[in-house]
Amino acid sequence: MTALLEIKGLHAEIAGGRKIIQGLDLTVNKGEIHAIMGPNGAGKSTLSYVLAGKPGYEITAGEVYLNGEDLLAMEADERAAKGVFLAFQYPLEIPGVATLTFLRAAFNAQRKARGEEELSSPDLIKRVREIAKTLNIDADMLKRPLNVGFSGGEKKRNETLQMALLQPSLCVLDETDSGLDIDALKVVANGVNALRSAERGMIVITHYQRLLDYIVPDIVHVFAAGRIVRTGGADLARELEATGYAQYQSEAA
Amino acid sequence: MAAVQETIDRVKGIDVDQYRYGFETQIESEKAPKGLSEDTIRFISAKKNEPAWMLEWRLEAYRRWLTMTEPTWARVGYPKIDYQDLYYYSAPKPKKKVASLDEIDPEILKTYEKLGIPLREVELLEGVERPSAAVETEDGEAAAPRTKIAVDAVFDSVSVATTFKEELKKAGVIFMPISEALREHPDLVQKYLGTVVPTTDNYFATLNSAVFSDGSFVYIPPGVRCPMELSTYFRINERNTGQFERTLIIADKGAYVSYLEGCTAPQRDENQLHAAVVELVALDDAEIKYSTVQNWYPGNSEGVGGIYNFVTKRGDCRGANSKISWTQVETGSAITWKYPSCILRGDNSSGEFYSIAISNGFQQVDSGTKMIHLGKNTSSRIISKGIAAGKSQNTYRGLVSAHRKASGARNFTACDSLLIGDKCGAHTVPYIEAKNSSAVFEHEATTSKISEDVLFYCIQRGLSQEEAVGLVVNGFVKDVLQQLPMEFAVEAQKLISISLEGSVG
Ligand SMILES: Nc1ncnc2c1ncn2[C@@H]1O[C@H](COP(=O)(O)OP(=O)(O)OP(=O)(O)O)[C@@H](O)[C@H]1O
Ligand SMILES: [Mg+2]
Repeated sequence: MTALLEIKGLHAEIAGGRKIIQGLDLTVNKGEIHAIMGPNGAGKSTLSYVLAGKPGYEITAGEVYLNGEDLLAMEADERAAKGVFLAFQYPLEIPGVATLTFLRAAFNAQRKARGEEELSSPDLIKRVREIAKTLNIDADMLKRPLNVGFSGGEKKRNETLQMALLQPSLCVLDETDSGLDIDALKVVANGVNALRSAERGMIVITHYQRLLDYIVPDIVHVFAAGRIVRTGGADLARELEATGYAQYQSEAA
Repeated sequence: MAAVQETIDRVKGIDVDQYRYGFETQIESEKAPKGLSEDTIRFISAKKNEPAWMLEWRLEAYRRWLTMTEPTWARVGYPKIDYQDLYYYSAPKPKKKVASLDEIDPEILKTYEKLGIPLREVELLEGVERPSAAVETEDGEAAAPRTKIAVDAVFDSVSVATTFKEELKKAGVIFMPISEALREHPDLVQKYLGTVVPTTDNYFATLNSAVFSDGSFVYIPPGVRCPMELSTYFRINERNTGQFERTLIIADKGAYVSYLEGCTAPQRDENQLHAAVVELVALDDAEIKYSTVQNWYPGNSEGVGGIYNFVTKRGDCRGANSKISWTQVETGSAITWKYPSCILRGDNSSGEFYSIAISNGFQQVDSGTKMIHLGKNTSSRIISKGIAAGKSQNTYRGLVSAHRKASGARNFTACDSLLIGDKCGAHTVPYIEAKNSSAVFEHEATTSKISEDVLFYCIQRGLSQEEAVGLVVNGFVKDVLQQLPMEFAVEAQKLISISLEGSVG
């Protein structure tokens, strides 16, 4: 088994001092889906940002490897080209930039960075439309400025669309289920499941067992106060649904 | 927050020296003696075989200019210009008359080739390949109608070639260098020249009236829709030559024309002065669409060199139901001082001003428009997008006024500014005067900083920092880009990204 992602003893703080990630160890092997659950403010989104290379965080200790390469040494766009994808908890709006324009720019930027040939516009449009159909995304939506005026659920579906197009090797989904109605949840889960493969690994951050009924994880972690406090199988999620996080919060503190 | 700091650091690492168009063509040129005097003006007029009245007109302007002082109200600063230290006329040699493109100095053709200007008709007719990063109809399917473009190229001071003459002639359209029009259609020129921007108008316009060397002349006869986009490319090549072009466009009753002007200048240390005048006249039911893409040398990373672009552009909606629309994409020049305006004289006439002004490095932009409502039920619309990066200053200055008799005047103004980094400045200076109580003027203005979170979102998807800024800025200016003819919108889009290169990383 090859480790896709290896996080060792990671400590990270917000530039300016506040410690958020405090001694995190996590290994995601190819083909695995890991769920991360934990109370609000535990640092789950922060972890996703640190992995993606968002500026504004200071790594004070620890190492992160993607396929054995030092991830923390890479610029954010380089990480994206290497296959790190973050489905944002709060996707951002870009006025005046059509969704399709954005998708093409992203797709071709990654190809260029990998020294691959860019895809012609007609081919790309075809590909995007096919994926959009499976996610119940209206073709008209692709013409609208990215995420501008999209409903919460539409934004999340759009994140899934981007992920399916870019075919990343490590997918980090930050509360992709929040804001989705039950039908949309199934559609998105199907989209994610379609991406499950022996080569790909996923980290699914969620508060709800419900999502994990559709996207069945191999491993579930409880994340509190900046580190993993418990790890188990799919049933751990069900247990948490019943007990909540109170015990872990006191444990972590 | 550090995220912002990072962009600032990148902005500091600015390198406007990457100016793409900085090459110089080695050709001999014929110059007037340095300095400005009545003799200089006589020299220019004689070189052009102008009619006597034209020389008188110039001399009168010159005498007037001697009594005027340089304006200081704009938010721009520069060392005093020594008007005696400039050349006022420079024509490429050899001066033999060119009958076809083949006779043009190949060096000049090469220059245009480097600029990517389609001088050769054949190239145009074959349809030059569209850049792949085309502006798409929003769903990404770029329909590519082949637009024909007639080019009147102004190389320093003389128009070297005018293409598509024949086809235009058939339609009755006159499109030629103004120096030629002065010889071939003196009555038309005399009838309209200086009627929109009088010789007494302002310091730089008056100077232009005295010494203008060339420019374009367009006349569209009544009821004619000009069969192609008309385009002029200006290029300043000679050292220390001020470029003073004069453009005059007349759309007679019911006529329509779309005109595009694009400008580049080679890279130089000295500041070069450019003081152009553009006059537009739209008679009853006529429409003129005037688009500018300006990417003159902005100076280097220390703020040395670059063009002083002091331009007077004004359109007169002289007839009822006439319409004049200005669209500008301003990315170059060290200093831009420019207010393309509309005089809404005819009843029901309308004026538009769409502007993208980008400043980076040490550039200073003071630009905007004036909408002067004189006739009844006139309307105007102003959409201005200013983007400031580096240590630049970017000012929108606009006037909307309704005359006492201008009942039913309407204006809508939206000025948006985007800041990249925290060493630059954006300013909005709107002047509003309504002397008629029925006037309805609306004004909206926003200033925002480029969002680090949005940039990170783009970068997380694989875009470089520069690509991310380019994409976000292109989205910000989209409403204005859409006003440009398709071909030029593609150019402009690329230009916007290029001019922001070095504003990050
Ligand atoms: N830029 C910032 N400045 C100050 N504090 C911050 C900043 N970003 C995050 N935090 C704080 O860091 C902590 C972790 O935030 P984070 O968003 O990672 O939590 P989370 O586990 O994703 O929570 P949720 O489940 O609510 O999404 C929170 O207390 C948050 O307020
Ligand atoms: Mg979160």
